[in-house]
Amino acid sequence: MNQPDLIPHLFRKEYGKIVSVLVRYWGINHLEAAEDIASETFVTAVQTWVYRGIPVNPAAWLYQVAKNKARNYLKREQIFRSDVYPEIRNRLDASEQPDLDLSVDSIRDSQLRMMFAISHPSMAPESQIALSLRILCGFGIEEIAAAFLTNKETINKRLLRAKQKLRSQPALLEAPGPAEIAGRMENVLTTLYLLFSEGYYSISKDPAIRKELCLEAMLLANSLLQTQSPQKKDVFALLSLMCFQASRLEARVTASGETVPYEEQDPQQWNMELVSQGIYFLKEASGGDRISRFHLEACIAYYNTIKDDTPEKWENILRLYNILLEINNSPITALNRGYAIYKVKGKMAAIAATEKLRLANNQFYCTLLGELYSGIDNQKARAYYQRAIALAKTMHDRNTLQTHINRLENTAAKDGVLKNIFAG
Amino acid sequence: MDEFMLIFRHQDGTKIASPEQLQIWMKQTMDWIGQITAQNKFSGGNGLLFEDSRVVGHNHVVTDGPFGEIKETIGGYIIVKAASVDEAVAFAKGSPVLQGEGNSVEVRKIAKRDGGH
Repeated sequence: MNQPDLIPHLFRKEYGKIVSVLVRYWGINHLEAAEDIASETFVTAVQTWVYRGIPVNPAAWLYQVAKNKARNYLKREQIFRSDVYPEIRNRLDASEQPDLDLSVDSIRDSQLRMMFAISHPSMAPESQIALSLRILCGFGIEEIAAAFLTNKETINKRLLRAKQKLRSQPALLEAPGPAEIAGRMENVLTTLYLLFSEGYYSISKDPAIRKELCLEAMLLANSLLQTQSPQKKDVFALLSLMCFQASRLEARVTASGETVPYEEQDPQQWNMELVSQGIYFLKEASGGDRISRFHLEACIAYYNTIKDDTPEKWENILRLYNILLEINNSPITALNRGYAIYKVKGKMAAIAATEKLRLANNQFYCTLLGELYSGIDNQKARAYYQRAIALAKTMHDRNTLQTHINRLENTAAKDGVLKNIFAG
Repeated sequence: MDEFMLIFRHQDGTKIASPEQLQIWMKQTMDWIGQITAQNKFSGGNGLLFEDSRVVGHNHVVTDGPFGEIKETIGGYIIVKAASVDEAVAFAKGSPVLQGEGNSVEVRKIAKRDGGH
């Protein structure tokens, strides 16, 4: 067994679980120690596996190592503390510490507490999400930066501030009450959606890994249904959105790992079980007194499960984006709306709306304008595509964009170039 | 045919690599050992962990170790079969450990039970 992405994959799946359980046992003041122990667990694993082979159940193996490391850490802490403060010698008795409980239930409960602790309103939302992705999902700094469309330094600073904030309020990790759950739910949902998107749009070519990340986010979202909160309908909406998108996971990637644009996907390959699951969740999500961004996005995602391009479909999508933009003004929403305008009102209207956004440093902005100018002003289209290539972070994106430029030069531009980003 | 122990010395054994770096290192090491195994010349090996490690000193003083005092740490070893030390050295040269600056592989012949060296 030599899976090409085994360690990064295990890291995303298990790192956050180990950190969450450790922090639940020890308190938030030991967050850094918990992170170190979780990281070291992977080093130990690799150091052993290279000689002895990869175990049948790697996760169980990791948990055992984490337990040993935790026990040793407590012993060391105890020695340190009893040396420094003899008066508290008996407070931290390692021999009385029960073994860490790394059962499925204990892990889920710890993850939930961690999610809500991180989503405390005293922290800026960006910091909360960055910290969640780091701690709960084991994302690297670069992956988080990519998710936020920003750079590594910004993320590092954000994480540092967020951790300081967390440490200053050790009570945060107690089981959240109804008020805490209500106040922090929106951030928790946003984080889970980012996690899901990371899996869905991941540049990793291994479909198993992408599916795993999406599934992990769906499981965490599902566990939120056990909490009592006024936003239960929002949770259902998020789950619905995730199901609709996940239905195309298989169809949007070829066996060799290439992305298949939405238009070229075979609807036979769409997972209709997930679509009906999504419809069920959407029904559960309706009937509340307000709609969240996830309600709107779930409805848009629902329209994308219908392959036929009718004018009604795109008019509905555009209307949904108009409302979505009012409650969640993000560059990606605005760009998606630009694409919907193109489908409803044509390229000129879409160009006018998109250029107002002035996002010259955004790869998707440049890609969209490249697409919109194709066949209208090919010189401008080429310039935008070239700018997008300069901004692109992966070879795959650069190659795709180059294909568009070549197509401009060869024939009159055709529609449908952008769909792998905006509707895939 | 003799047996040689290849001992991996790391300049900084406590540095934590990213999951992607660990993945690369794991693949390279498994490929390397796989090549030796394919020639039927791999006798065994293991990683040496920092877990439960101690240094027992003169006068039976036990310290938690090898943290701090020792700059170089042993990360693991493998035992290979080789006709000569040169063949064992050729195996050692393929070790991914050597990609790390300051790291080294020590090659030592294992004494035979029958005294025939």
